[in-house]
Amino acid sequence: MVVHCEDVWREISSYLEGELEPDRRVAVEAHLGECKRCAAVLAGTRNVIALYGDERMCDVPLGFSQRLHQRLEENMPRRRGTALGWTVAFAFAALVIVSFEVGNSSPFRHPTLRSIHAQPAHHIPPTLEVVVENSGKLFHLAGCPFIHTEGGVRTVTAEEAMREGYSPCVRCLRKYLETSRGSKPQADYDASSEGLSENEQAETSR
Amino acid sequence: MTEEAALRDSPAEKLEENLIRRVREGEHELFYELIRPYERRLYATALAILRNPAEAEDAAQEAVLKAFKNIRQFRAEARFSTWLIQITVNEARMRKRRERNSLMEPIDDRRDDEGNYTPQDFTDWREIPLETLERKEIREKLAEALASIGEKYREVFILRDMQHLSIEETSKALGISTASVKTRLLRARLMLRDLLAPGLGGSWSSRLSFAKGTKPW
Repeated sequence: MVVHCEDVWREISSYLEGELEPDRRVAVEAHLGECKRCAAVLAGTRNVIALYGDERMCDVPLGFSQRLHQRLEENMPRRRGTALGWTVAFAFAALVIVSFEVGNSSPFRHPTLRSIHAQPAHHIPPTLEVVVENSGKLFHLAGCPFIHTEGGVRTVTAEEAMREGYSPCVRCLRKYLETSRGSKPQADYDASSEGLSENEQAETSR
Repeated sequence: MTEEAALRDSPAEKLEENLIRRVREGEHELFYELIRPYERRLYATALAILRNPAEAEDAAQEAVLKAFKNIRQFRAEARFSTWLIQITVNEARMRKRRERNSLMEPIDDRRDDEGNYTPQDFTDWREIPLETLERKEIREKLAEALASIGEKYREVFILRDMQHLSIEETSKALGISTASVKTRLLRARLMLRDLLAPGLGGSWSSRLSFAKGTKPW
Protein backbone atom coordinates (compact mmCIF):
# COMPACT_ATOMS: atom_id res chain seq x y z
CA MET A 1 0.00 0.00 0.00
CA VAL A 2 1.53 3.29 -1.09
CA VAL A 3 1.10 6.18 1.32
CA HIS A 4 1.93 9.75 0.32
CA CYS A 5 2.70 12.65 2.62
CA GLU A 6 -0.69 14.23 1.85
CA ASP A 7 -2.41 11.02 2.95
CA VAL A 8 -0.59 11.10 6.27
CA TRP A 9 -1.50 14.75 6.91
CA ARG A 10 -5.10 14.02 6.10
CA GLU A 11 -5.20 11.00 8.34
CA ILE A 12 -3.04 12.19 11.16
CA SER A 13 -6.00 12.85 13.45
CA SER A 14 -7.50 9.45 12.74
CA TYR A 15 -4.12 7.92 13.37
CA LEU A 16 -3.80 9.67 16.73
CA GLU A 17 -7.37 8.74 17.67
CA GLY A 18 -6.63 5.11 16.83
CA GLU A 19 -9.32 5.02 14.20
CA LEU A 20 -7.31 3.67 11.28
CA GLU A 21 -7.78 0.14 10.03
CA PRO A 22 -4.85 -2.10 11.08
CA ASP A 23 -3.50 -2.39 7.51
CA ARG A 24 -3.67 1.32 7.00
CA ARG A 25 -2.07 1.97 10.31
CA VAL A 26 0.90 -0.23 9.46
CA ALA A 27 1.33 1.54 6.12
CA VAL A 28 1.18 5.02 7.72
CA GLU A 29 3.68 4.01 10.37
CA ALA A 30 6.00 2.69 7.66
CA HIS A 31 5.82 6.08 5.92
CA LEU A 32 6.41 7.97 9.17
CA GLY A 33 9.52 5.89 9.77
CA GLU A 34 10.99 7.08 6.51
CA CYS A 35 9.65 10.63 6.14
CA LYS A 36 11.19 13.21 8.46
CA ARG A 37 8.69 15.85 7.49
CA CYS A 38 5.66 13.72 8.30
CA ALA A 39 7.29 12.54 11.52
CA ALA A 40 7.72 16.22 12.49
CA VAL A 41 4.07 16.93 11.67
CA LEU A 42 3.01 14.02 13.85
CA ALA A 43 5.28 15.05 16.72
CA GLY A 44 4.07 18.63 16.55
CA THR A 45 0.40 17.63 16.45
CA ARG A 46 0.87 15.34 19.43
CA ASN A 47 2.60 18.12 21.29
CA VAL A 48 -0.20 20.58 20.50
CA ILE A 49 -2.83 18.16 21.80
CA ALA A 50 -0.87 17.52 24.99
CA LEU A 51 -0.24 21.21 25.65
CA TYR A 52 -3.76 22.45 25.10
CA GLY A 53 -5.29 19.46 26.83
CA ASP A 54 -3.44 20.31 30.01
CA GLU A 55 -5.54 21.50 32.93
CA ARG A 56 -3.18 24.46 33.37
CA MET A 57 -4.49 25.96 30.15
CA CYS A 58 -7.79 26.60 31.92
CA ASP A 59 -6.62 29.68 33.76
CA VAL A 60 -9.31 31.74 35.47
CA PRO A 61 -9.08 35.33 36.67
CA LEU A 62 -8.55 35.98 40.36
CA GLY A 63 -11.81 35.86 42.31
CA PHE A 64 -13.68 34.16 39.46
CA SER A 65 -15.13 31.48 41.66
CA GLN A 66 -16.36 33.85 44.38
CA ARG A 67 -18.00 36.14 41.85
CA LEU A 68 -19.68 33.21 40.17
CA HIS A 69 -21.05 31.91 43.45
CA GLN A 70 -22.20 35.34 44.49
CA ARG A 71 -24.09 35.83 41.26
CA LEU A 72 -25.64 32.43 41.59
CA GLU A 73 -26.72 33.17 45.12
CA GLU A 74 -28.30 36.46 44.11
CA ASN A 75 -30.34 34.68 41.51
CA MET A 76 -31.40 31.67 43.51
CA PRO A 77 -34.98 31.70 44.64
CA ARG A 78 -35.40 32.15 48.36
CA ARG A 79 -35.75 28.75 49.88
CA ARG A 80 -39.44 28.03 49.70
CA GLY A 81 -39.42 25.20 52.12
CA THR A 82 -39.10 21.52 52.07
CA ALA A 83 -41.76 19.02 52.98
CA LEU A 84 -40.53 19.21 56.56
CA GLY A 85 -40.92 22.98 56.59
CA TRP A 86 -44.48 22.76 55.35
CA THR A 87 -45.27 20.08 57.93
CA VAL A 88 -44.05 22.30 60.76
CA ALA A 89 -46.03 25.26 59.42
CA PHE A 90 -49.23 23.23 59.17
CA ALA A 91 -48.73 21.74 62.61
CA PHE A 92 -48.32 25.22 64.09
CA ALA A 93 -51.43 26.54 62.34
CA ALA A 94 -53.42 23.54 63.57
CA LEU A 95 -52.17 24.13 67.10
CA VAL A 96 -53.33 27.75 67.04
CA ILE A 97 -56.79 26.79 65.76
CA VAL A 98 -57.19 24.01 68.31
CA SER A 99 -56.09 26.38 71.09
CA PHE A 100 -58.86 28.80 70.17
CA GLU A 101 -61.42 26.05 70.06
CA VAL A 102 -60.37 24.63 73.40
CA GLY A 103 -60.25 28.06 74.95
CA ASN A 104 -63.79 28.73 73.81
CA SER A 105 -65.14 25.37 74.83
CA SER A 106 -67.40 25.15 77.90
CA PRO A 107 -65.01 23.89 80.61
CA PHE A 108 -62.77 26.89 80.10
CA ARG A 109 -65.29 29.47 79.24
CA HIS A 110 -66.22 32.22 81.61
CA PRO A 111 -69.60 33.60 80.68
CA THR A 112 -69.53 37.29 80.26
CA LEU A 113 -72.90 38.11 81.69
CA ARG A 114 -73.82 41.68 81.25
CA SER A 115 -75.83 42.11 84.42
CA ILE A 116 -75.80 40.85 87.91
CA HIS A 117 -79.53 40.20 87.51
CA ALA A 118 -78.80 37.56 84.93
CA GLN A 119 -76.70 35.54 87.33
CA PRO A 120 -78.07 32.42 88.86
CA ALA A 121 -78.26 32.34 92.63
CA HIS A 122 -75.29 30.31 93.60
CA HIS A 123 -74.06 29.70 97.07
CA ILE A 124 -77.24 30.68 98.88
CA PRO A 125 -77.50 28.28 101.81
CA PRO A 126 -80.58 26.17 101.04
CA THR A 127 -81.78 26.39 104.61
CA LEU A 128 -81.50 30.16 104.81
CA GLU A 129 -84.80 31.68 105.76
CA VAL A 130 -85.92 34.18 103.20
CA VAL A 131 -89.01 36.28 102.63
CA VAL A 132 -90.91 35.85 99.37
CA GLU A 133 -93.40 38.34 98.01
CA ASN A 134 -96.68 36.90 96.98
CA SER A 135 -97.11 39.57 94.35
CA GLY A 136 -93.46 39.66 93.17
CA LYS A 137 -90.81 37.42 91.80
CA LEU A 138 -88.06 38.01 94.32
CA PHE A 139 -87.08 36.65 97.64
CA HIS A 140 -85.33 38.74 100.29
CA LEU A 141 -83.57 38.60 103.58
CA ALA A 142 -85.85 39.60 106.39
CA GLY A 143 -85.64 43.34 106.88
CA CYS A 144 -84.76 44.18 103.34
CA PRO A 145 -86.27 47.60 102.59
CA PHE A 146 -87.16 46.52 99.07
CA ILE A 147 -89.73 43.95 100.03
CA HIS A 148 -93.08 44.74 98.44
CA THR A 149 -95.51 43.86 101.10
CA GLU A 150 -98.71 44.86 99.26
CA GLY A 151 -99.61 41.36 98.15
CA GLY A 152 -98.41 39.79 101.36
CA VAL A 153 -95.22 37.96 102.23
CA ARG A 154 -94.25 34.64 103.66
CA THR A 155 -91.12 33.07 104.98
CA VAL A 156 -89.62 30.01 103.31
CA THR A 157 -86.17 28.49 102.93
CA ALA A 158 -84.01 29.69 100.10
CA GLU A 159 -84.21 26.24 98.53
CA GLU A 160 -87.98 26.37 98.47
CA ALA A 161 -88.00 29.90 97.14
CA MET A 162 -85.76 28.95 94.28
CA ARG A 163 -87.73 25.81 93.57
CA GLU A 164 -90.80 27.98 93.30
CA GLY A 165 -89.07 30.16 90.75
CA TYR A 166 -88.20 33.15 92.87
CA SER A 167 -85.02 35.07 92.15
CA PRO A 168 -82.77 36.52 94.82
CA CYS A 169 -83.00 40.21 95.53
CA VAL A 170 -79.87 41.78 94.09
CA ARG A 171 -79.65 44.17 96.97
CA CYS A 172 -80.00 42.16 100.09
CA LEU A 173 -78.62 38.93 98.65
CA ARG A 174 -75.85 40.55 96.65
CA LYS A 175 -73.11 38.68 98.36
CA TYR A 176 -74.51 35.39 97.14
CA LEU A 177 -74.57 36.65 93.61
CA GLU A 178 -70.96 37.60 93.39
CA THR A 179 -69.02 35.25 91.20
CA SER A 180 -65.37 34.41 91.73
CA ARG A 181 -64.47 36.96 89.07
CA GLY A 182 -66.53 39.69 90.60
CA SER A 183 -65.78 42.19 93.28
CA LYS A 184 -65.39 41.22 96.87
CA PRO A 185 -68.53 39.87 98.48
CA GLN A 186 -70.18 42.53 100.53
CA ALA A 187 -71.10 42.23 104.14
CA ASP A 188 -74.50 40.91 105.01
CA TYR A 189 -77.14 43.37 104.16
CA ASP A 190 -77.84 46.02 106.72
CA ALA A 191 -80.63 48.39 105.94
CA SER A 192 -78.85 51.17 107.60
CA SER A 193 -75.67 50.63 105.65
CA GLU A 194 -74.39 53.30 103.39
CA GLY A 195 -74.29 50.85 100.51
CA LEU A 196 -77.55 52.28 99.28
CA SER A 197 -77.54 55.17 96.91
CA GLU A 198 -79.38 58.33 97.66
CA ASN A 199 -82.15 57.37 95.30
CA GLU A 200 -82.52 54.02 96.95
CA GLN A 201 -82.66 55.62 100.35
CA ALA A 202 -85.23 58.07 99.12
CA GLU A 203 -87.26 55.24 97.67
CA THR A 204 -86.97 53.38 100.95
CA SER A 205 -88.12 56.31 102.96
CA ARG A 206 -91.17 56.65 100.77
CA MET B 1 -19.59 -1.44 27.71
CA THR B 2 -18.74 1.82 25.98
CA GLU B 3 -16.34 4.27 27.51
CA GLU B 4 -19.15 6.74 28.21
CA ALA B 5 -21.37 4.12 29.78
CA ALA B 6 -18.46 3.07 31.99
CA LEU B 7 -17.97 6.69 33.01
CA ARG B 8 -21.61 6.98 33.95
CA ASP B 9 -21.28 4.04 36.29
CA SER B 10 -18.25 5.42 38.08
CA PRO B 11 -18.60 6.51 41.72
CA ALA B 12 -18.00 10.14 40.73
CA GLU B 13 -20.87 9.97 38.25
CA LYS B 14 -23.12 8.38 40.84
CA LEU B 15 -22.29 11.14 43.26
CA GLU B 16 -23.06 13.73 40.61
CA GLU B 17 -26.34 12.04 39.76
CA ASN B 18 -27.29 12.14 43.41
CA LEU B 19 -26.41 15.84 43.65
CA ILE B 20 -28.49 16.63 40.57
CA ARG B 21 -31.47 14.82 42.06
CA ARG B 22 -31.18 16.70 45.33
CA VAL B 23 -30.85 20.08 43.60
CA ARG B 24 -33.97 19.27 41.61
CA GLU B 25 -35.77 18.42 44.83
CA GLY B 26 -35.04 21.86 46.22
CA GLU B 27 -31.60 21.71 47.86
CA HIS B 28 -30.45 24.59 45.70
CA GLU B 29 -27.30 25.35 47.61
CA LEU B 30 -25.88 22.00 46.45
CA PHE B 31 -25.68 23.41 42.94
CA TYR B 32 -22.38 25.08 43.93
CA GLU B 33 -20.91 21.71 44.63
CA LEU B 34 -22.26 20.35 41.39
CA ILE B 35 -20.59 22.94 39.17
CA ARG B 36 -17.39 23.50 41.12
CA PRO B 37 -15.34 20.89 39.19
CA TYR B 38 -16.31 22.50 35.88
CA GLU B 39 -16.02 26.22 36.61
CA ARG B 40 -12.60 26.57 35.04
CA ARG B 41 -13.57 24.64 31.96
CA LEU B 42 -16.63 26.77 31.42
CA TYR B 43 -14.61 29.95 31.62
CA ALA B 44 -11.95 28.55 29.29
CA THR B 45 -14.63 27.58 26.78
CA ALA B 46 -16.23 31.01 26.85
CA LEU B 47 -12.86 32.72 26.63
CA ALA B 48 -11.74 30.67 23.65
CA ILE B 49 -14.87 31.70 21.75
CA LEU B 50 -15.15 35.32 22.87
CA ARG B 51 -11.45 36.11 23.31
CA ASN B 52 -12.27 38.73 25.92
CA PRO B 53 -11.75 37.86 29.62
CA ALA B 54 -14.47 40.12 31.05
CA GLU B 55 -17.01 39.04 28.45
CA ALA B 56 -16.01 35.40 28.95
CA GLU B 57 -16.53 35.62 32.70
CA ASP B 58 -19.95 37.14 32.25
CA ALA B 59 -20.89 34.50 29.68
CA ALA B 60 -19.71 31.69 31.98
CA GLN B 61 -21.76 33.13 34.85
CA GLU B 62 -24.80 33.48 32.66
CA ALA B 63 -24.38 29.90 31.44
CA VAL B 64 -24.22 28.63 35.02
CA LEU B 65 -27.40 30.53 35.88
CA LYS B 66 -29.14 29.06 32.85
CA ALA B 67 -27.99 25.60 33.85
CA PHE B 68 -29.41 26.13 37.33
CA LYS B 69 -32.74 27.36 36.01
CA ASN B 70 -33.00 24.52 33.53
CA ILE B 71 -31.64 21.69 35.63
CA ARG B 72 -34.91 19.82 35.22
CA GLN B 73 -34.30 19.68 31.49
CA PHE B 74 -31.00 17.88 31.89
CA ARG B 75 -31.29 14.36 30.56
CA ALA B 76 -29.18 11.68 32.15
CA GLU B 77 -28.13 10.19 28.81
CA ALA B 78 -25.65 13.06 28.41
CA ARG B 79 -22.78 13.81 30.74
CA PHE B 80 -23.48 16.74 33.02
CA SER B 81 -20.17 18.38 32.04
CA THR B 82 -21.06 18.13 28.35
CA TRP B 83 -24.44 19.68 29.02
CA LEU B 84 -22.83 22.57 30.91
CA ILE B 85 -20.27 23.14 28.18
CA GLN B 86 -23.00 23.08 25.56
CA ILE B 87 -24.91 25.81 27.39
CA THR B 88 -21.70 27.83 27.67
CA VAL B 89 -20.95 27.44 23.96
CA ASN B 90 -24.46 28.63 23.11
CA GLU B 91 -24.19 31.61 25.43
CA ALA B 92 -20.79 32.59 24.04
CA ARG B 93 -21.92 32.15 20.45
CA MET B 94 -24.99 34.29 21.08
CA ARG B 95 -22.83 37.07 22.48
CA LYS B 96 -20.45 36.75 19.59
CA ARG B 97 -23.33 37.12 17.15
CA ARG B 98 -24.61 40.18 18.98
CA GLU B 99 -21.18 41.73 18.95
CA ARG B 100 -20.73 40.92 15.28
CA ASN B 101 -24.06 42.49 14.43
CA SER B 102 -23.19 45.65 16.26
CA LEU B 103 -19.83 45.85 14.51
CA MET B 104 -21.24 44.82 11.13
CA GLU B 105 -18.56 42.15 10.99
CA PRO B 106 -18.98 39.46 8.40
CA ILE B 107 -19.93 36.06 9.74
CA ASP B 108 -17.27 33.38 9.49
CA ASP B 109 -17.51 31.14 6.51
CA ARG B 110 -19.04 28.09 8.15
CA ARG B 111 -18.36 25.74 5.23
CA ASP B 112 -15.59 23.28 5.69
CA ASP B 113 -12.58 23.61 3.52
CA GLU B 114 -12.43 20.28 1.86
CA GLY B 115 -9.11 21.11 0.26
CA ASN B 116 -6.11 19.56 1.91
CA TYR B 117 -4.10 21.58 4.34
CA THR B 118 -0.40 21.53 3.80
CA PRO B 119 1.53 21.76 7.04
CA GLN B 120 4.53 24.00 7.00
CA ASP B 121 7.77 22.23 6.54
CA PHE B 122 9.13 22.22 10.05
CA THR B 123 11.28 19.20 10.10
CA ASP B 124 13.13 20.38 13.17
CA TRP B 125 10.11 20.31 15.46
CA ARG B 126 11.31 20.37 18.98
CA GLU B 127 8.92 19.42 21.62
CA ILE B 128 7.55 22.14 23.88
CA PRO B 129 7.69 20.51 27.32
CA LEU B 130 4.52 20.47 29.41
CA GLU B 131 6.41 21.95 32.33
CA THR B 132 6.67 25.22 30.47
CA LEU B 133 2.93 25.63 31.07
CA GLU B 134 3.83 26.73 34.56
CA ARG B 135 4.89 29.99 32.98
CA LYS B 136 2.16 32.45 32.39
CA GLU B 137 3.71 33.90 29.25
CA ILE B 138 3.72 30.47 27.64
CA ARG B 139 0.06 29.99 28.43
CA GLU B 140 -0.62 33.42 26.99
CA LYS B 141 1.25 32.61 23.80
CA LEU B 142 -0.70 29.39 23.40
CA ALA B 143 -3.96 31.28 23.99
CA GLU B 144 -2.88 33.88 21.47
CA ALA B 145 -2.20 31.21 18.87
CA LEU B 146 -5.57 29.62 19.52
CA ALA B 147 -7.32 32.98 19.27
CA SER B 148 -5.78 33.56 15.87
CA ILE B 149 -7.31 30.57 14.10
CA GLY B 150 -10.78 30.72 12.57
CA GLU B 151 -13.72 30.48 14.91
CA LYS B 152 -15.15 27.31 13.44
CA TYR B 153 -11.83 25.52 13.95
CA ARG B 154 -11.31 27.01 17.37
CA GLU B 155 -14.68 25.85 18.66
CA VAL B 156 -14.11 22.26 17.67
CA PHE B 157 -10.56 22.25 19.00
CA ILE B 158 -11.64 23.66 22.37
CA LEU B 159 -14.35 21.11 22.89
CA ARG B 160 -12.45 18.09 21.69
CA ASP B 161 -8.85 18.75 22.69
CA MET B 162 -9.22 21.13 25.63
CA GLN B 163 -12.49 20.02 27.19
CA HIS B 164 -12.02 16.41 26.15
CA LEU B 165 -15.50 15.91 24.75
CA SER B 166 -15.89 12.97 22.40
CA ILE B 167 -16.30 13.57 18.65
CA GLU B 168 -19.96 12.72 19.11
CA GLU B 169 -20.45 15.13 22.00
CA THR B 170 -18.62 17.88 20.15
CA SER B 171 -20.84 17.41 17.14
CA LYS B 172 -23.95 17.64 19.32
CA ALA B 173 -22.72 20.65 21.25
CA LEU B 174 -21.96 22.57 18.08
CA GLY B 175 -24.80 21.24 15.97
CA ILE B 176 -22.55 19.99 13.18
CA SER B 177 -21.87 16.54 11.71
CA THR B 178 -19.19 14.28 13.11
CA ALA B 179 -17.48 14.44 9.71
CA SER B 180 -17.25 18.22 10.03
CA VAL B 181 -15.88 17.86 13.55
CA LYS B 182 -13.11 15.60 12.27
CA THR B 183 -12.23 17.82 9.33
CA ARG B 184 -12.11 20.99 11.42
CA LEU B 185 -10.27 19.31 14.23
CA LEU B 186 -7.51 18.12 11.93
CA ARG B 187 -7.19 21.56 10.40
CA ALA B 188 -7.11 23.25 13.81
CA ARG B 189 -4.41 20.92 15.11
CA LEU B 190 -2.23 21.40 12.06
CA MET B 191 -2.65 25.16 12.08
CA LEU B 192 -1.74 25.35 15.74
CA ARG B 193 1.22 23.13 15.16
CA ASP B 194 2.39 25.49 12.44
CA LEU B 195 1.83 28.51 14.67
CA LEU B 196 3.73 27.01 17.55
CA ALA B 197 6.61 25.58 15.59
CA PRO B 198 9.65 27.06 17.28
CA GLY B 199 12.77 28.28 15.71
CA LEU B 200 11.12 29.54 12.56
CA GLY B 201 11.09 33.26 13.10
CA GLY B 202 8.53 33.78 10.36
CA SER B 203 5.46 32.35 12.00
CA TRP B 204 6.36 33.17 15.58
CA SER B 205 7.50 36.71 15.09
CA SER B 206 4.82 37.85 12.67
CA ARG B 207 1.81 36.08 14.09
CA LEU B 208 2.64 35.81 17.74
CA SER B 209 4.78 38.89 18.10
CA PHE B 210 7.71 37.19 19.75
CA ALA B 211 10.96 39.04 19.34
CA LYS B 212 12.63 37.70 16.25
CA GLY B 213 14.82 34.73 16.92
CA THR B 214 13.85 34.29 20.55
CA LYS B 215 11.86 31.41 21.83
CA PRO B 216 9.58 31.60 24.79
CA TRP B 217 10.93 28.39 26.27
